[in-house]
Amino acid sequence: MTDVIVIGCGVIGAALAYRLSQYKLKVLVLEKQNDVAMGATRANSAIIHAGFDPEPGTLMAKLNVQGSNMARTLCEKLSVPYLNNGALVLGFDKEEELTLNKLYERGIKNGVEGLSLLDGEQTRAMEPHVSREVTLSLYAPTSAIVDPWEYALAFAEVAKTNGVDFRFEQEVTAIEKTAFGYTVITRKGRYDTRFVVNCAGVASDTVHDMVAPKSFTIRPVRGDYCVLDKNENSKAHCTLFQCPSKSGKGVLVTPTVHGNLLVGPNAVPCEDKFRVNTTADGIDFVKRMALRSVPDVDFRSTIRSYAGMRANHDRDDFIIEFAAPAFLDIAGIKSPGLSAAPAIALEALKLLEGVGLPMERNPSATDERKKLRFRNMTVEERQRAISENPLYGRVICRCETVTEAEILGAIHSPLTPHSIDGIKRRAGSGMGRCQGGFCSPKIVELLARELGISPLEVLKDGAGSYILDSETKDGEKANEL
Amino acid sequence: MKELICIVCPRGCHLQVDEDNGFAVTGNSCPRGAEYGRNEAVHPVRTLTSTVRIEGAPITRLPVRTASAIPKALLFDAMNEINRTSVHAPVKRGQAVIKDLLGTGVDVIATRDL
Amino acid sequence: MSYELIVIGAGPAGLAAALSARKQGLTRIAILERDKYLGGILNQCIHNGFGLHRFREELTGPEYAGRFIDELSGSGIDVFTDTMVLNVTRDKQVHCVSPQYGYRILEAQSVVLAMGCRERTRGAIGIPGDRPSGVFTAGTAQRYLNLEGYLCGKRVLILGSGDIGLIMARRMTLEGAKVLACVEVMPYSGGLSRNIAQCLNDFNIPLYLSHTVTEIRAQNGRISGVTVSKVDENRRPIPGTEMDFECDTLLLSVGLIPENELTRGMGIAIDPRTNGAVVYENMETDLPGVFACGNVAHVHDLVDYVSKESEKAGAAAAKYVLQGPNEGEAIDVINGDGVSYTLPQRIRVSALDGAAEIFFRVRRNYGKAQIEVLSGDESIAVYKRDRLAPGEMESIRLSRELLSKARGEIRVSIKEQ
Repeated sequence: MTDVIVIGCGVIGAALAYRLSQYKLKVLVLEKQNDVAMGATRANSAIIHAGFDPEPGTLMAKLNVQGSNMARTLCEKLSVPYLNNGALVLGFDKEEELTLNKLYERGIKNGVEGLSLLDGEQTRAMEPHVSREVTLSLYAPTSAIVDPWEYALAFAEVAKTNGVDFRFEQEVTAIEKTAFGYTVITRKGRYDTRFVVNCAGVASDTVHDMVAPKSFTIRPVRGDYCVLDKNENSKAHCTLFQCPSKSGKGVLVTPTVHGNLLVGPNAVPCEDKFRVNTTADGIDFVKRMALRSVPDVDFRSTIRSYAGMRANHDRDDFIIEFAAPAFLDIAGIKSPGLSAAPAIALEALKLLEGVGLPMERNPSATDERKKLRFRNMTVEERQRAISENPLYGRVICRCETVTEAEILGAIHSPLTPHSIDGIKRRAGSGMGRCQGGFCSPKIVELLARELGISPLEVLKDGAGSYILDSETKDGEKANEL
Repeated sequence: MKELICIVCPRGCHLQVDEDNGFAVTGNSCPRGAEYGRNEAVHPVRTLTSTVRIEGAPITRLPVRTASAIPKALLFDAMNEINRTSVHAPVKRGQAVIKDLLGTGVDVIATRDL
Repeated sequence: MSYELIVIGAGPAGLAAALSARKQGLTRIAILERDKYLGGILNQCIHNGFGLHRFREELTGPEYAGRFIDELSGSGIDVFTDTMVLNVTRDKQVHCVSPQYGYRILEAQSVVLAMGCRERTRGAIGIPGDRPSGVFTAGTAQRYLNLEGYLCGKRVLILGSGDIGLIMARRMTLEGAKVLACVEVMPYSGGLSRNIAQCLNDFNIPLYLSHTVTEIRAQNGRISGVTVSKVDENRRPIPGTEMDFECDTLLLSVGLIPENELTRGMGIAIDPRTNGAVVYENMETDLPGVFACGNVAHVHDLVDYVSKESEKAGAAAAKYVLQGPNEGEAIDVINGDGVSYTLPQRIRVSALDGAAEIFFRVRRNYGKAQIEVLSGDESIAVYKRDRLAPGEMESIRLSRELLSKARGEIRVSIKEQ
């Protein structure tokens, strides 16, 4: 019997597991996919929003600002790449100037610090590549960028270190009410628990409906993105938003913590919530809109495009409420969910404590994680690292300068990845301009060797995504010399 | 008249082979092209390159090729032979790993020191 | 540690450059190679067709590399494999790491950049759809197949008719896969005609020119099919021309990009037409004493030319070390009508030993054509060709006398006849 079962291990489930792991609780995380952060957390804008966008008085407004304020310290503690680069919302005409004034006032009401309005010249003085057409902008100095999957992974890894049980490829198929709480059922097992927290992302309505009458419906919205080579990184220093308008929230242009330039997303309502395909129209739209903000983005430097699914729904605000006794929904966590995640976790903790979850601190629990990244080291640090572990001297991913020591570190990290993309999320390999062309074969070899499996079993990503089909020369050795 | 692209060198000459006229070749830039055109019409041959298993080396496959061209029709039979072959390191470049492949008189040779 | 010459990369370019510098009298030479073996990409190019110009023989990639590697032993050249160069400073300090020697800063009087190229990816060409496994660049699939002994899939579609894609069509067929088609967005193939003949035609693999992949579909994490559409003259898919292919593998052979991250880090000028460094007649970059050759300078189709160009670079590095920097006014070489780039981009006529060789590529297929070299409006030389193709690098030789007539810049243009 566990105290709490967390369903879903995106950034919300992971942040909650991290908080729960600070207490003397038996916690189990059930995740449908084979790794942490496989849904909305892996494919989004990677922004820690300042918090001027949500309506004052909503949970979104409160938790966005709180979460944003917590992010810097958390990222330092957890060795998560984070950069407080600030944001500009760009206005192109009188109507948008009005919107910016409204956003400014809304931001003040939400408690966002340091907001100011800049005219076109001031804007371009800060961001020389911004369009000449921009007449006014809202500057939000507290806005930041983050590595979203490292954020989720760090939470989950610390939770695992503190004794939280993580089970992957365990899609919840049914939940039964019991005398003590619930039995959560997957194809691989039945798990008894006193409390359940539903962090199932785009599937959170399905999970809710297993224990309570329908009270919301997820209406997923897909967004396409393009990632550009690091040589385009200088085109934006702040995150450059466009004004939210009738036609949507607008396309952003932003640097990433890895040093690339990211543009996107569009917003396309989707039927199939689990298919995150890119479309030619979507990518074209995103490029066109990005050029409005920064006319000289060179899309010939695109190294990757992807799409993400946001858990939009038929209610407005985040849904953080009990669906049934001892069954908490954390549902419909659309944007700014990544920014709000650590605050959402604290909010959930408070709600669970309120209904009787015993909260006794675990004195031996840690809330930190240390991770070394060769590419961020000084020459002296690199020399020291290699002298202590020669494998820091073997560069596996040449585009991102990721060493064998870091790849092995990722393989033997608390939540063992079984895929190239799992290594990529942990070590940053394969994210560069060659997109893993050179390092994938080496990582397949290392994964197979370290996990004691055949290279044929190594996956690219989720279940079923095998890389190699078969071994050649499988015949009998008739001609052995 | 048979139209062919010469594969003797990267130039890729467009050859015409006149089957009714003693396989006379035109469009070639060198005598080797004429020879290729005639052979291709009468008795096409190819050099086959592949790998064989190797034990005791840092990599698991040794690259090999036929020492000279073999009949094109035999390519897949030759692959069956090659696929059944395994060698032990050390192997020197040029060393035969299969002798007289399928009775063609052509050896399969290693193309790398391992 | 200090060297007269440090060569970065031990593929065909680096090997030839180092050996050539040695022959020209340098004694303290080091080659730094990131892989554990010498020979670079040639190790996985196990097909034949290499060395016809240089050795008058048809060799495979490993054999071609082997001839150079054999020459290295006893040459006194220091070879460091498993060594990655992280950056090079403008005063030619080479920062590199290896498990064996740790972090080292090597000093060089001259540097030859021979890092080769990488493949264009799905991301770069932006094929929409799902993002499953089973989408490989042809070179990555080639490495799995030829060095590691794994076949990536059994039903294969190939996008791009570059030579690596064509070669892989044959290799995968021989190893038991079914190659459904090769699809090329341009109206002509980017590969050599002989490879169309012996890699596609020999195995009845259809080639769809003016077509491209417009969607990738997945099932259970792996690619399950693609849509192929015809494209118009602007390479835009034409609605209504879609064909569906069920496949478990998509290979991309859609171009190579010189890997010039070290070069950019040194502040060396890059030519957007080649994606390589701007070089002088002796393969010297705009940073004196730093040379570039092979696929890092411009993408070649024949290794024989890589070797030749790299020997020129190696010899020039030796001359730089032994005789001092090159001086003299340079003229610019510009690509004119029908030409996509020229190399070198600059020629110092006074520094020429004999004639200058200019390499270039044409933008489209030509029948009988004239290559014209213009200085201003004046034609200073004309060369005739029976045919020209973008997939095949062309070259012309210009004598010193001709070049001394040129003022400021010369332009290489194509005139169809």
